[in-house]
Amino acid sequence: MFNLNRPIELTERLPILKPILKSRLFQPALMMITLAGFTLAILTGLLGTPAGNRNFGIVFVWIVWWGLLILVLIPFTGRAWCAACPIPAPGEWLQRRGIINRTRGRLSSMRWRWPRRFRNMWLQNFGFLSMAIFSTIILTRPAVTAWVLLGFILIGIVLSILYENRVFCRYVCPVGGFIGLYSMVSPMALRVRDPQVCVDHKTKDCVTGNANGYGCPWMLYPGKLERNAYCGMCMECIKTCPHDNIVINLSAPGGDLLVAKERKLDEAYKAFIMLACALMYSAVLLGPWGWLKGWANMNTLPHWLLYAAGFLLVNLVGLPGLFYLTTAVARRLAGQQAPTKRLFIDYAYTLIPLGLAAWVAFSFGFVLINGSYALATASDPFGWGWNLFGTADAPWTPLGSGWVPFLQTGVLTIGLLFSTNIGYKIARQHSQTHQQAMRALLPLAGFMLLIVLIFLRLYLG
Amino acid sequence: MTTHAMHRSNLLLAGILLLALVWLAFPPATSATTTRHIHLDMTQFEFTPSRIQVNQGDHVIITLTSSDVVHGFYLDGYEIQQRVEPGIPQQIEFVADRSGKFRFRCSVSCGSLHPFMIGELVVASNTSYYGAIGLVSVALAGLLIYLWQFKAEPHEQMPA
Repeated sequence: MFNLNRPIELTERLPILKPILKSRLFQPALMMITLAGFTLAILTGLLGTPAGNRNFGIVFVWIVWWGLLILVLIPFTGRAWCAACPIPAPGEWLQRRGIINRTRGRLSSMRWRWPRRFRNMWLQNFGFLSMAIFSTIILTRPAVTAWVLLGFILIGIVLSILYENRVFCRYVCPVGGFIGLYSMVSPMALRVRDPQVCVDHKTKDCVTGNANGYGCPWMLYPGKLERNAYCGMCMECIKTCPHDNIVINLSAPGGDLLVAKERKLDEAYKAFIMLACALMYSAVLLGPWGWLKGWANMNTLPHWLLYAAGFLLVNLVGLPGLFYLTTAVARRLAGQQAPTKRLFIDYAYTLIPLGLAAWVAFSFGFVLINGSYALATASDPFGWGWNLFGTADAPWTPLGSGWVPFLQTGVLTIGLLFSTNIGYKIARQHSQTHQQAMRALLPLAGFMLLIVLIFLRLYLG
Repeated sequence: MTTHAMHRSNLLLAGILLLALVWLAFPPATSATTTRHIHLDMTQFEFTPSRIQVNQGDHVIITLTSSDVVHGFYLDGYEIQQRVEPGIPQQIEFVADRSGKFRFRCSVSCGSLHPFMIGELVVASNTSYYGAIGLVSVALAGLLIYLWQFKAEPHEQMPA
């Protein structure tokens, strides 16, 4: 029987997996495939039709890739996308002076030191928010999407020249930030089989690298890895570990959220920002209010400024402020000893499963409805009248428009229950007794129920 | 957990489920069915009115007009589709036999925000909305009761 408390070692159950992951060709092959798609998205964005639903760049980035990422990859495989992501590829290949084989010597970079005050998620938080206030423009204009993607690649290259390893992915990438946050809900994880083996191992090849591979590009020590948040699953440590001690596990989803010593304010804020953005996007993009879409679409600058100010206020003050009050009530009800700020940070992690569910629900609302555009744009990526696969004239066919609200309700319910259960476990970490934890949980559950009810109002009410 | 406490929590759960069923079985009352004439105008990227409310069973006649470019009308759930050119009103009619909220959206590419040009038809009584609220509330209450009763250490159990 499946024991939720004992991880399943996927690399042991599927023996074919280990040689694939150990192969030096594995990651570059994935990256080359995605880089080809990425390049096409940039080219079509810059040169193709400005009609978003007829442009490969818009349809394949914001519908196909986004749908795959949020509905499948993050919930089930955590950060697996980061292993295939093309954005850091050019920079990393330049640093390594090669693509497939392990090149000798140190990485080529200016070896600057990444500032200590930025060794957290804050840059990713503000990067994501900066994009989010322009999202209506980015999502609908192929040229803007292309420039954003190109900008990411250029920043990745510049940071690879200045700093060793994947500084861009770890500290800057706005997408990587939320993938890392939500990957803590995923059941799939890279871990060590026996931590004592790592303790006893003197040379720490997973950090320094050896002839088989590079030291961890994400600047982690896999021996102490307890969460998925910052592991990009590049599999270098699987290649370098001389004791074959690195494995891919399947374990109970959400276990990472209970690692108390790793909880920080920057990650807590990421949870608020992501939940608030899902709520705002559901209202702006999927709601019936044309004037609001106009504001977000920058029809007039004053209205957009008002929109951006409101957006930032809800993200940075409104939702976190309401949650702070909820935490204060929970602390008082339960008579907990920890400072309110500590509890505010810790309890924010209860919102992570709900936040992921909210994004899944929001994405159902447009990925299924607009997914059929992919057929036409695959055949005619630039919108120039090509018909490569004979599907250029495929009509827009909304998928499951009648049952999307039911899917959204189901996903939100699962997210609420998952979050409430995690909330109890976190409350238990701060409580002497079960009753105390339950008293702390009630306001948190009330807060999350309120959030779900707002979503239901938007989707079904 | 004591048998008495278990019995009590089961009773509580059953009570909540019963309430939810009553709620679903007797949704808020709706007025008598009638024929509804609605004029729906489309401009980039909104419908006016953006939200239409009818009752289940109503005969709905919508006159569609476009004030700028070519638009389309697609009604989720009812799968009704109509192309609308500026200056040429189109009419669709249907019986609103399914209750709930159904989005209508532009089905002809009309500009940058085309995929998000959306309006809402609410067919009362909106049982799926009230059902969703009931489901979420009952599920949360059930989990809280479960946690309250079953997660307690043996020495922390509620007195019977």
